[in-house]
Amino acid sequence: MDLLNNFLFIALPYVALTVFLIGTIYRYKGTKFKFSSLSSQFLEGKKLFWGSVPFHYGIMVLFFGHLIAFLLPDVILSWNSSPLRLMILEVSAFIFGLSALVGMFNLLLRRKTNPRIEMLTTKMDLLIELILLVQIFFGLWIAYEYRWGSSWFASVMSPYLKSIFTLNPQIDAVSSMPWVIKIHVSLAYVILLLIPFTRLVHLLVFPLSYLWRPYQKVIWYWNRKKIRDPKTLWNVTRSKNN
Amino acid sequence: MDVRSQVSMLFHLDKCIGCHTCSIACKNIWTDRKGAEYMWWNNVETKPGTGYPTKWEDQDIYKGGWEKNGKSVSLKGSGKLKGLVNIFHNPHLPVIDDYYEPWTYKYSDLIEAPAQDDQPTARPISLITGKPIEIKAGPNWDDDLSGTPDYARKDPNLQNLSPAEQEAMFQLEKMAFFYLPRICNHCLNPACVASCPSGAIYKRGEDGVVLINQKVCRAWRMCVTACPYKKSYYNWSTGKSEKCILCYPRIESGIAPACMHSCVGRIRYLGVMLYDADRINEVASADINNLVNSQLDIILDPFDEDVIASAKENGVADSTIKAAQDSPVYKFVKEWGIALPLHPEFRTLPMLFYVPPMLPVMASLSEQRNKEQLDKLDPIAKKWDDDWLYDTSTEELWGTIEEARFPLQYMANLFSAGDTCKIKDIMKKLMAVRIHRRDKTVGDLDKENVKKTLKDVNLSTDEADDIYYLTSLAKFDDRFVIPPAHREQAIEMIENTGDVKGSSGFGFIEKPARGI
Ligand code: HEM
Ligand code: SF4
Ligand code: SF4
Repeated sequence: MDLLNNFLFIALPYVALTVFLIGTIYRYKGTKFKFSSLSSQFLEGKKLFWGSVPFHYGIMVLFFGHLIAFLLPDVILSWNSSPLRLMILEVSAFIFGLSALVGMFNLLLRRKTNPRIEMLTTKMDLLIELILLVQIFFGLWIAYEYRWGSSWFASVMSPYLKSIFTLNPQIDAVSSMPWVIKIHVSLAYVILLLIPFTRLVHLLVFPLSYLWRPYQKVIWYWNRKKIRDPKTLWNVTRSKNN
Repeated sequence: MDVRSQVSMLFHLDKCIGCHTCSIACKNIWTDRKGAEYMWWNNVETKPGTGYPTKWEDQDIYKGGWEKNGKSVSLKGSGKLKGLVNIFHNPHLPVIDDYYEPWTYKYSDLIEAPAQDDQPTARPISLITGKPIEIKAGPNWDDDLSGTPDYARKDPNLQNLSPAEQEAMFQLEKMAFFYLPRICNHCLNPACVASCPSGAIYKRGEDGVVLINQKVCRAWRMCVTACPYKKSYYNWSTGKSEKCILCYPRIESGIAPACMHSCVGRIRYLGVMLYDADRINEVASADINNLVNSQLDIILDPFDEDVIASAKENGVADSTIKAAQDSPVYKFVKEWGIALPLHPEFRTLPMLFYVPPMLPVMASLSEQRNKEQLDKLDPIAKKWDDDWLYDTSTEELWGTIEEARFPLQYMANLFSAGDTCKIKDIMKKLMAVRIHRRDKTVGDLDKENVKKTLKDVNLSTDEADDIYYLTSLAKFDDRFVIPPAHREQAIEMIENTGDVKGSSGFGFIEKPARGI
């Protein structure tokens, strides 16, 4: 049992992190063409709506929820100090979880039933979507069965996760968790590990810079103000395009 | 003044014969690939008709282009807020059925089917699913189908025409149509560039070609919505958007784009235009009544000393300035004023220009006048009883324009944001040139009237001859006036020479395969 715990909560996270980092950088540098959300809406638009939208809004809220609980556990704990606020947090998180679950279910269904989409579906697409479905399902189970997740996550999981990042893993607390939670945690590492090898790379290239860039974009291959200047023999601005 | 140069194409629509050679040339070079089968970077559609994709001009459906928004413009269906909120599912994205599902035929069945009583047939097979499909639409599905209820009568440009005018267009005996070749307009205010969340689309400073960096495109598919001309296409296989590249590898080396090179009707002209980039915003948000004029105003006079000086300051090459001075497009658009952009009301400042077709407009004559016309012919000449001769007699100068077979409003909806005066001016000029040439070659017209005609439209006889020359006789070098890229720049366009210096010469080229 210790061996398994050591593997799942010490070895796996480090392996996952390493593979994620190296794999992502390698793929970004080497096969940048394939970094894409691989949208399939062009072949089927209606059913995608009932999958992609509930799934993404759900998963984004859950993702940031977990992130905040990990980074700022005190904020969550003090928010949860009033039962009403705790209920608000738990119930809304559960609703977003359900939304993600329904969304992912619809996405998978669409992938398996629409002949056009099936043609585009790779094994990795199915694998990652199945894992996500299971992961969301376990998350909901945990939220329902082991209340109140938001509180014990902040007090138990956050310190453990921090210990991973400070290279001093403390796994006593997670090791004594129920098996559902253990699977949920381990699957999270598996997802992290798989990111560079699946379409999930798209979440790493979220186009945030769109918000502050000007709408129009013009690229000159040379610095146009200097191109006629005989003193600058060498290309001064590197073309942004290569 | 921020002077930039733009490679710009002009289409003389009276000359287009609708042969689709241009489309095929383009397809063979660029889009004969998986995921791109349905794309026609160059397509030629029949007008009136619904076009490709179906009803692309109807922005209530597709939400393309810019909208005037107070003093400025904003993207109609995308942009920073709408784009990011709708990034998980773009509610305005066309699907492939709005274009057509690409297919091939199962030819092997013809050979390999077992012996049987019936002839074997080659069934159509979808190029997406590989399964048999029932073909519902295809490339140029509405070709030459003017008058049909499903296509011509659903043309979005008919919107503000009265039912009587529409009916008149589509009576069987009077029916007319013309062809509209379309490629990407390489706009000055491109909606596709503005809508791209990852910043993959950009306009080249040197020649204004709008390109999509395939390594930066992340399939957020906003450009497909944003382009009001639907000239940014989504490759469903690679998960990247693609569009017309104006054959930039060809123009860089001084060769005409494939569509232009192959054009049978020789309707295409390619030239350089200088424009003032400082005025783009102002022009894009111009008042609707002033839209066409200001879009033409942004194009600068390449002979003006100030323009040349600021062009040089901006690094525009001498050869480019020279090309701008010799530009056939500049002549049609600015000097003679007989060409207009397509749908200026989309506010992307398109940089392709069209000489509106005169024939469908003018080819209407009452039977009576046709008879007069016939009587003028040599009695021995073979006579046709048909109604198809059009009038070049000058008895009532512009009468036939008013009695047009194609309402001017229809042309105005296409080329001048609804302003019929603009179209009428152009029709008059085109007509005047024909009358002038008829006078010169046949000489059967009243001299006074001929003079009056030219005077009416402010053309000198020399100008009329120039228009005639460039329209009808122009050689390839008159139609294609583009300086090849400077050698030193041409290299930089593809790679930074600094990167390659000292290297062993082995590179790594990634295949454009779909992601995992
Ligand atoms: C960072 C913000 C994110 C953005 C902007 C985003 C955007 C997108 C887009 C545009 C698609 C393609 C939808 C289409 O077919 O048109 C997509 C698909 C998908 N996304 Fe995301 N996503 C984000 C985050 C995530 C996260 C956090 C996950 C899961 C951990 C995820 C999982 C998926 C999956 C599994 C698909 C495939 C859906 C299918 O077609 O079956 N995404 N995403
Ligand atoms: S026509 Fe469309 S794709 Fe081409 S530059 Fe204009 S907006 Fe972009
Ligand atoms: S090749 Fe020329 S004449 Fe033929 S359809 Fe194309 S534009 Fe028209």
